[in-house]
Amino acid sequence: MKIIYLIVPLVVLAGVVVCSVAFGVTDIPIGTVWESIIHYNASNEHLIIRTTRIPRALIAAAVGACLAIAGAVMQVLTRNPIASPSTLGVNAGAAFFIMLCGLSLGISGQQAFTWVALIGAALSGGIVFLLGSIGRDGMTPVKITLAGASMSAFFASLTQGLMLTNGKMFDQILAWLVGSVAGREMSQLEAVWPYMAAGMAIALLLSRHLNVLAMGDDMAQGLGQSPGRTKAFGAASVILLAGGSVAVAGPIAFVGIIIPHIVRYLVGTDYRWILPCSAVFGAILLVAADLGSRYIAMPKEVPVGVMTAIMGVPFFVYIARKGRRTS
Amino acid sequence: MSKYKSIRSAGTGYSVLIEKRTIWISAVLLVLTMGTMIISTGMGSLYISPMNVVKVLLGVGDPAHQVVVMKLRLPRIVIAALVGASLAVAGAILQGVIRNPLASPDVAGITEGASLGAVLFIFLLGGTVPVQWMPIASITGALAVTGLLYVLSWKRGVDPLRLVLIGIGLSAAIKSLSYMFIISGPMQLAERSLTFMTGSIYGVSWDKDVITLLPWLAILFPLTWLQARILNIQALGDDTASSAGAQVQRQRFILILLSVALAGAAVAIGGAITFIGLMAPHMARKLAGASFGSVLPVSALLGALILLISDLVARTVFIPKDVPAGVLTAAIGAPFFMYLLYRNRNR
Amino acid sequence: MLEAEGLGLSYGDKYIFNSLDLSIPKGKITVFIGSNGCGKSTLLRSMARLLKPQNGTVMLDGTDISRMATKEIARKLAILPQGPIAPDGLTVLQLVKQGRYPYQSWLRQWSREDERIVREALEATGMSGLSEQSVDSLSGGQRQRAWIAMTLAQQTPIILLDEPTTYLDMTHQIEVLDLLYEMNRRDDRTIVMVLHDINLACRYADHIVAIRAGQIEAEGKPGEVIDEQLIEKVFRLKCEIIPDPLYGTPLCIPYTNCSLKAVKEVLRR
Repeated sequence: MKIIYLIVPLVVLAGVVVCSVAFGVTDIPIGTVWESIIHYNASNEHLIIRTTRIPRALIAAAVGACLAIAGAVMQVLTRNPIASPSTLGVNAGAAFFIMLCGLSLGISGQQAFTWVALIGAALSGGIVFLLGSIGRDGMTPVKITLAGASMSAFFASLTQGLMLTNGKMFDQILAWLVGSVAGREMSQLEAVWPYMAAGMAIALLLSRHLNVLAMGDDMAQGLGQSPGRTKAFGAASVILLAGGSVAVAGPIAFVGIIIPHIVRYLVGTDYRWILPCSAVFGAILLVAADLGSRYIAMPKEVPVGVMTAIMGVPFFVYIARKGRRTS
Repeated sequence: MSKYKSIRSAGTGYSVLIEKRTIWISAVLLVLTMGTMIISTGMGSLYISPMNVVKVLLGVGDPAHQVVVMKLRLPRIVIAALVGASLAVAGAILQGVIRNPLASPDVAGITEGASLGAVLFIFLLGGTVPVQWMPIASITGALAVTGLLYVLSWKRGVDPLRLVLIGIGLSAAIKSLSYMFIISGPMQLAERSLTFMTGSIYGVSWDKDVITLLPWLAILFPLTWLQARILNIQALGDDTASSAGAQVQRQRFILILLSVALAGAAVAIGGAITFIGLMAPHMARKLAGASFGSVLPVSALLGALILLISDLVARTVFIPKDVPAGVLTAAIGAPFFMYLLYRNRNR
Repeated sequence: MLEAEGLGLSYGDKYIFNSLDLSIPKGKITVFIGSNGCGKSTLLRSMARLLKPQNGTVMLDGTDISRMATKEIARKLAILPQGPIAPDGLTVLQLVKQGRYPYQSWLRQWSREDERIVREALEATGMSGLSEQSVDSLSGGQRQRAWIAMTLAQQTPIILLDEPTTYLDMTHQIEVLDLLYEMNRRDDRTIVMVLHDINLACRYADHIVAIRAGQIEAEGKPGEVIDEQLIEKVFRLKCEIIPDPLYGTPLCIPYTNCSLKAVKEVLRR
């Protein structure tokens, strides 16, 4: 009856998306929301819905789904419960490259940002994967987490240095640096969705192989899989998913760590279920967090990345405390 | 045992064993650090030869140089050395306690806590309270975060690995909180806070910064050195340390407190300069072996040297831009870290 | 003298052992045997105050160890945990020096006595020539000897060891156990250890303690205690016990699924 864990959340997702469109600094009746979709009349409310609220909700859903899947895939590839695009520095790498491109080279535009983000994600992700797979048994959770934290610290330092030496628009850039889906336009989603969709497709097609890989490289090879190829495809999907997400929303933290753990608790260890469920749960989380972020400091908005970063802490605590004493 | 020197005083009952190698290495590093300080003081838009710098220091220099050296450059140089040394020692303690050569105050959340303290100080009290109080704010921040970290990791004692994992999660959350305060505050304070979060020792002075930092370090350094023996036993693991009669949890708490105080004081003055706490102790172990009696002083000297050189490069190579020194230390530190991971791949 | 009285320890609501009494004979080698997860390591660790039991007491020379200062215990009892890890680059000498920790203070960090005892510990374990080597560069057997040297430097009448022979090949296992035997016979130290190999346990132990599900199933001289019924009960293993051809101690020959007939035929030829 695992299908329940897919259907119920889909309904919930639809609900939160509608709420996200309807509620905010100005609340809009659900009826008007519906009207604006079927009978658009260019009124003020309809304009807000069409140009601000709907893109925002859809972007949040897409980014949440992508980051959750990327986290689940990374956790298999590194055989490490604490892996996710944010903990391993993939997001920070993508963010730094966007800043470098935007501030130093003066390039802008969603297409350019997306490509640069993919390059950044590939570079930092590549380093982390390389590090994650060296050694006899791959890396321990602590080691890979430290590696990721250092990568993040490295890119964060460079990014801040870049901002300070080019000094302008701190507030906007910072809001982007913690990750936010506010003030986005539909065109931005249009620019990144092919990459996101490609990443999701690869991950879903790979799920059967991930089940085998989860038992270890040697075991996977013994069962006739080529672990190298599975990892390469997995890494490609992570780069597309994380790079695409960062390009539109900035480096939003910890969605990739929170969701796979919840989902594994609900549906077990089969990645054919984990991945689609992660996508839906990730979307719910980010849309809901974004909705919540509008109410914390009304009328100002807290970037949604701050919300997810704080929500992630209990999960770190849980994972760290669950682990057997190892000293 | 010709490699060692035993010092024993019959009267006081004092006895200690020192490796001769440590004395040599420390002497060489001290000379190097002094040399770098003098050369670095001479570098800048107005070049002053090392000889002339020494003359100024001895009080017989050119009066024109006097102002540049004593007022403008020397405070920054001295601060670089002090901040570098305290971050390095804080890192050495933490690596001993956590028993992982890859740990450092900046990844375990201590530095982030200190910088959140400072950012809050700038935004909430900005202007109303003298800047001299900032170390209190950042040490409080570091302590608060470490306290939270301790509580969250406590489960029949604090396990070092649990401490690191939770520390990383916590530090990411705290960093985004700091960003949030910067975003929601007035624009003119943003640059100052951001500089602080990156780590820079630009524009420090004798009467504000050096005087603020020195008393802390004058107490904390000797106190730490006295703990070397305890660090040595902690490094063998909880079971072995308890078996040898060490009070593991209590001593761990004191050691972490020392590390927090050192890192907090350094961050208050220099901002969140990263990776020195990782690199210096590691190099020190390579040079002076694994005993903390040697690692602590050698780390301090290496930390001072690393920050001196980073700051020198940061302020001279990119003229007219004064790049924050923290960017430089991160740029050297991250590749160094990758190398460490590669070296430790089978452990 | 080391004794456990009514010892009980649980993780959460699951008892590892409950109201367990045990007395370790002085000056003898005592070995704990039992299947995985029977609680033998936990028992050893709680007798060395590494774990705190919920009920009961551990008495060391007539005093409850929970009332003793941990340094005081460290001068009477040393424990070598399973698979200890030395920090990178630590030399053998630096490691063995740590054994003097319970005798040192801020002031007195390296007395002549410390120096003599560390030298003796290195000699006793045959590590003198390797004292400047780093611990991680040693072979498994040498590394274990270095750790034993450290516990020797602690100069305790009682030494506990948690599986001192794990991860060692046969030669190194014998090397380590012979060293412990020598320490026991020459210096009259009480040795308590957990061993997995029943045959080696029988050969070296003066006193064997068989543990099953947190209960002491039997204890005494190996020759008197170890029989087919006990092994079947404790390890759930059918076997035949024959006298060791060299030492006369019990030797456990397990039954397996291999065809006994074929084996006998091979033996006949």
